[in-house]
Amino acid sequence: MNLEYKVEGGDFTSAGLASSQIKKILKQLNVDPAVIKRVVIALYEAEVNIVAHAYRGVIKAQIDGGGINLILEDEGPGIPDVEMAMTPGFSTASKAVREMGFGAGMGLPNISENADDFNIETTVGKGTTLRIGIKFR
Amino acid sequence: MSRTTYNRALEILDDVCIGCSHCMKVCPTEALRVSAGKAVIHADWCIDCGECYRICPNRAIRVMDDDFKQIYNYKYRVLLVPSVFFAQFEDSVPREKIYQIIGELGFTEVCAVEQSVDSLTDEVNEYVRNAQKPVISSFCPAVIRLIQVRFPSLVDHIMQLLPPIEITAQYYKNKFAKAGIPEGELGIFYLTPCIAKIAAVKSPVGGYTSPINGVINMDFFFNKVYLAYKQRLPVSGNITINGELSSKGILYPTTGGESANVEGRTLAIDGMSNVIDFLEILENEEIEGVDFLELRACDQSCAGGILSHRNRFLTAESMKKYAAKAPDYHKLTLDYQRYTSAVIHMDRIEPRSMVKYDRDIDVALQKMERARQLRELFPGIDCGACGAPSCEALAEDIVKGHSEINACIFLRTLYEKRGELQLEEAIKIMERIWGRSRFDKKF
Repeated sequence: MNLEYKVEGGDFTSAGLASSQIKKILKQLNVDPAVIKRVVIALYEAEVNIVAHAYRGVIKAQIDGGGINLILEDEGPGIPDVEMAMTPGFSTASKAVREMGFGAGMGLPNISENADDFNIETTVGKGTTLRIGIKFR
Repeated sequence: MSRTTYNRALEILDDVCIGCSHCMKVCPTEALRVSAGKAVIHADWCIDCGECYRICPNRAIRVMDDDFKQIYNYKYRVLLVPSVFFAQFEDSVPREKIYQIIGELGFTEVCAVEQSVDSLTDEVNEYVRNAQKPVISSFCPAVIRLIQVRFPSLVDHIMQLLPPIEITAQYYKNKFAKAGIPEGELGIFYLTPCIAKIAAVKSPVGGYTSPINGVINMDFFFNKVYLAYKQRLPVSGNITINGELSSKGILYPTTGGESANVEGRTLAIDGMSNVIDFLEILENEEIEGVDFLELRACDQSCAGGILSHRNRFLTAESMKKYAAKAPDYHKLTLDYQRYTSAVIHMDRIEPRSMVKYDRDIDVALQKMERARQLRELFPGIDCGACGAPSCEALAEDIVKGHSEINACIFLRTLYEKRGELQLEEAIKIMERIWGRSRFDKKF
């Protein structure tokens, strides 16, 4: 099954919509709650990253009997130093974003920790693509 | 997760039900459908919250409480009365009088359900300090069942401590055993303002067996007591009254009455849709730093209980007024602490999967894909004319072979317009859903 969601930069009101929808589907498929939790944590974090840092993005989800593959493609500033961004606690989020409870760092490391497969491609000035794979069993 | 049968606390009376579909529209787990003109409950999905009972305009839903006469199977008949019961009466009805009438109606002893609350609060705080946060209260059985069915990933947040009613019942069992009374002679009865609590006593969660022998419907019992009061039934005063109760206990079943006793950051949320909204964001990991959640299925908590007949705000007000006059502490607390700390814990609560499509994920995916395609055809107005609560639910039912595309009144009209469906056939479909008698009307 293939699903697609659009994400707008700066629209925190709608942040989490894709994770909510995908969570609902995985629940209906009787996926192990512990696995769903990992998907939701990773996806929500990544979704909020697009809202907080990029101009816009698309989330593509592909679900089969074995697991879920997520591709989060954004048009945005890109990540100048991926290694730094992967360090727990590092954050470039603005004060306004932090005050909303988002952007306290931990984003990327937390995503990779919850994923079975994790890949990040980024071009400064163009955007970032995250690939997250989580197996159901 | 393989269990498929649960004790139901609700039953639809087919001879009374007119298939009006009000219940179908309010069910939080979409466990109701209308077929052949009657509401039908999907037992595995029902959480016994009683929203259907509350809304049914025809009183076609029966509460499966216990036969009142069975109390006489026991020599000692203890009634555990929730504080919300006294708040059903006008303030002018003296409490003493209510106790005496309860005795006259057959009970030998009466005790407040919330007597155990004072001994419970230290245990709760100790538990919350050491548990995964936020801890979700185990007080409301409808919420526990809602989490089991709709939010299985959150079951481990449910506090593994027994609710006050069970601790009070355990205390009584112990008290009578110590007095040397044979087990078979003691009957513990619970007067319930809540339908889910009937299910909770009959099919408890967390590897526990309740010592409660029977559950009595508070709405039914209120009428019995009030009638006796109005008719000035003579009373003999043959009842032991264990009225020890603190203000904390009285307020416990009201909104905020439980969370007020818990240290740290707590929230009290009441009303089914509010609880569902909050559990959604909790499940999305959007909530941080909350220690304890008091979640109650009914608006105004037990004051708005399904079997509480009086206006919920007046009931809650009465409880608050009464609490203001009650002591902060009662003298049985130490007794309770000594005994109950050994019996207070329960096991992990297991999730109860809804099995929306199929147990096999590949089959489920195929069916879900088909359901998504079907939904594109439906109007999306959730009119319920197909006998399912929403277009989404109809699509699910169709792929499971429980309904058909022609059940949708919009598509049926379209097929008729195209000449693909005869009027006669369309009427037959309508009759299959809503019953034949509906179309027998003479104008």
